[in-house]
Amino acid sequence: MNNEALKDLLYKMADDALIIGHRNSEWTGIGPMLEEDLAFSSMAQDKIGHAQALYQILHEILGEPEPDKVAFLREEKLFKCCQFVELPIGEYDFSLVRHFLFDHAEAIRYEMLAGSSFQPLAQLAKKIKGEIKYHTMHADTFLKQLGKGNEESHARLQQALNFAMPYALGIFEQGPYEAELAVQRIFAGEEALKTRWLEKISVVVEAAGLQLPVVAADKIVYGGRKGFHSEYLKALLDEMCEVVRTDPEAEW
Amino acid sequence: MKTPAVATVIDAAAVWAALENVKDPEIPVLTVVDMGIITEVITSGAEGDMQTCTVTMTPTFVGCPAIDVMKKSIREEVTRLGFGYVTVNVDFENTWTSDRMSEEAKIKLEKFGLAPPVVIEGELTEEQLNNVRCPHCHSTDTTLRSAFGSTLCRAIRFCFTCQQGFEQFKPV
Repeated sequence: MNNEALKDLLYKMADDALIIGHRNSEWTGIGPMLEEDLAFSSMAQDKIGHAQALYQILHEILGEPEPDKVAFLREEKLFKCCQFVELPIGEYDFSLVRHFLFDHAEAIRYEMLAGSSFQPLAQLAKKIKGEIKYHTMHADTFLKQLGKGNEESHARLQQALNFAMPYALGIFEQGPYEAELAVQRIFAGEEALKTRWLEKISVVVEAAGLQLPVVAADKIVYGGRKGFHSEYLKALLDEMCEVVRTDPEAEW
Repeated sequence: MKTPAVATVIDAAAVWAALENVKDPEIPVLTVVDMGIITEVITSGAEGDMQTCTVTMTPTFVGCPAIDVMKKSIREEVTRLGFGYVTVNVDFENTWTSDRMSEEAKIKLEKFGLAPPVVIEGELTEEQLNNVRCPHCHSTDTTLRSAFGSTLCRAIRFCFTCQQGFEQFKPV
């Protein structure tokens, strides 16, 4: 088994989860209503837990540093998250649409990984897919309610969807090890994931009375998986890591 | 009184019994055994200080913040039996689902005021989440208010009969 291929896969998943988890947590205390405040805060806790469990596999099995070290003490360019998760929370419409698009991709990714030949990841994926079911169910409920709410809620969601789609497609940026991971039955690959994702989200988007925008190939926002990030990641890391970096050796 | 100097071998049953003293800090009426999170107990055959014990647990939710507290309590409780060394592992080899919770645990949960998780048939659907009995008045005329609650494992529901909000342990 190629460790570099596994590391690449695990880091991008863990970094996505950590960064979207941090973004979700930014709704704590300011959600548009109490239930949404709770929802985004709980999903933040889930995502950060998932990130930690993935970093733990990287540490225990693949010899990478401890989870806290890789989460808080890595340079920006070593992060492999997609740019989609880095974007600021914006208004609730954007956060809801991102949550919908991102979580469906995650849910399918974990479903695929539940059958992975890499046992530690398969076991974790089996567990996580049950938790993420609540995330996609939540996203679908609100997307449908607001998509068919009133003129303003519909227009806002459509606009958010148009803005988010080029970034969302960046989730599926191909890595250097796609073929290897597929041959070794570790992960069937980003392209296969994207196909299933498009099928899944199309149904919900239609039920919400919205239109899935068509995005030209050259408009898709790639780069994150190779360490090229938006201007927002650096600012996020500076804030998220501020306390740890004042004394990296402190005991908590 | 001094403990007699006769070294004894502690068996796994004694460990399971000791684990009944370790509560889930977020749901103090349930023990870690009730919750079904203990997946394996192994005791070595050595005697006295040489005997070791390994307890394996699997979290209810991956990001559950109570895991470290439970790990610590389990180690303390089991060490008290007289083992020379106790290891507590957390892994995902046996996936925790709410179906691992014992029937007795579900009764305790309802008495505590927390609706127990419904048994999931196949894929979890919204319909399955709707057949939940109010722990206060036992009416099933209830609705999901939020799939997310005060802890990762709880959802918020409302009962139309007694007009009370209540929490449910989420089926996963």
